[in-house]
Amino acid sequence: MNRLFEGLPARAFLLLAILAAALLVAPWLVNDYLLSVLIIVLYFAYVGQAWNLMIGFAGQLSLGHALFVGIGAYTSAAIFVHFGIGPWATVFIAVLASVLAGSIIGYLGFRFSIRGVYFALLTIAFAEFTRIMVDHTEWLGSTQGLFLPVANRESIDLLNLRGSPMMFYYVILGMTVAALVLCRLLLNSKLGYYWQAIREDQDSAQAYGVNVFRYKMIAVAISSGLTGIAGVFYAFYYNNLFPETTFATSRSIEMILGTVVGGVGTLFGPIVGAFFLTPLGELLTALTDDIGLDGIKPFFWGICVAGIVLFRPSGLWPWIAGLLGLDKPAGGEGK
Amino acid sequence: MNRSFLSVKGVSKSFRGLKAVSDVSFEMPAGSIHALIGPNGAGKTTTFNVIAGVYAPDTGSIQLDGISLAGKRPDQICHAGVGRTFQIVRPFHALTVEENVAVGALRWTNDVKEAKAYAQGVLKLLGLAEKSYVRPDSITLPDRKRLEVARALATKPKLLLLDEVMAGLRPTETDQMVETFRRINGETGMTILLIEHVMRAVMALSQQVIVLHHGELISTGLPEDVVRDPKVLECYLGEGSL
Repeated sequence: MNRLFEGLPARAFLLLAILAAALLVAPWLVNDYLLSVLIIVLYFAYVGQAWNLMIGFAGQLSLGHALFVGIGAYTSAAIFVHFGIGPWATVFIAVLASVLAGSIIGYLGFRFSIRGVYFALLTIAFAEFTRIMVDHTEWLGSTQGLFLPVANRESIDLLNLRGSPMMFYYVILGMTVAALVLCRLLLNSKLGYYWQAIREDQDSAQAYGVNVFRYKMIAVAISSGLTGIAGVFYAFYYNNLFPETTFATSRSIEMILGTVVGGVGTLFGPIVGAFFLTPLGELLTALTDDIGLDGIKPFFWGICVAGIVLFRPSGLWPWIAGLLGLDKPAGGEGK
Repeated sequence: MNRSFLSVKGVSKSFRGLKAVSDVSFEMPAGSIHALIGPNGAGKTTTFNVIAGVYAPDTGSIQLDGISLAGKRPDQICHAGVGRTFQIVRPFHALTVEENVAVGALRWTNDVKEAKAYAQGVLKLLGLAEKSYVRPDSITLPDRKRLEVARALATKPKLLLLDEVMAGLRPTETDQMVETFRRINGETGMTILLIEHVMRAVMALSQQVIVLHHGELISTGLPEDVVRDPKVLECYLGEGSL
């Protein structure tokens, strides 16, 4: 616990406590629609955190993270549909499968020194050909989609992750908090410092004893594993999976927008970004529903990203942290 | 103390046919300080990069304390006990000065706290302690050069490679830096190889001077002898100048 809160100003501690309390009581105060929005917000905060670990901490750009969501989702869903084994047992297999996929991409990329944008292309390629593979796999429902028996919304069956939206809310809230805690601990560990060194200057890091290949592999493995868990949640929350929508590059982009807007490389960027982008997008969709303005959400997101790139290139969070007086670098926090 | 600690034998390195380093050999006893000098483009930094593992030598062998370094990766060579600085400073911009140095110390410890505590000691030694919590971008170039030295020292090297760390320092600062290296060398027995243009530092620090020109070793010996060597004067001042 000491390591977790070390160097955190009292003000930050208070704000965190208020935020945590608000999130804990929120589902009792909002209607079904708002609850579903909150679940999506937390989902994006979680996957954003997982993606951020790779690009924001270790400097490796992935534009194919939907791959790991898809692998996690399809693994757990297929086992549930075919064998009736619940997600708590299969989440390990899902994580393993995601980590394996991440490690293959990482190995190819890092072993053959594919850097930057070219590495990102590799991640897209893997997501795409996995999509095509699933398209042609009967066992995974091929293009027809894979459907989970619809949840009984009244009773809560936590063991099989079947139940009301409120249950899903607390599950994803727990995941988001756990991811934040994990990232904070990692960032302040040797691993975190080595990742940042690699991100800042790979050759220089190597000269000071950092085994660049090894630490980049660890980053990809943790990031893909965390994202695989999100996939399990995704499958059981939505109850249906289609290769076209699960593995699409637009899905990968959607996952990372929040973090880009919130602040890449910061701990709270993914959370701030998700809370900013998702509700505004939903609101716009709701407001323009009657007029029939299709595509208003991506349009709005595009404007947001352009605005961030132009005016706050390091994201919303560093700016907000500055306004709140939380940006004093005490022991490495506040970056 | 006369046992050879660093042994460079017949090392050559070419880039697309251009011979940057050609058949260079020299030996350094443990605890010694040698300087590598020569005009621009003589192959000094390439020699460093070959020792530090940035490039594998085309031919020749490099041994540190009896262990072969040739063909190893830079991080492996760092773990073998070689610390180096970059001529063009390459700090980790987003990390504080203290964290930059702590990354070096993490070479031998997994404990971030211990690494930071050690970093503080090194920063104090180099007169950078007051700037511990700022980012490298907001300190002066001479301070950034000191930061390079601090990072290398934090890895606890047995052999320290310094690439023009005195450049841009004022004479008094140079003298301070010379004093610091002399102290480190005296207290820890660290072997130091430095590339330097500032002759004030070369003359004050080094026991031996190695002169490179067009990638070849043209002279080696005591500092006062080397600066009088006609071949050395010729390469610095041009042919026919004598």
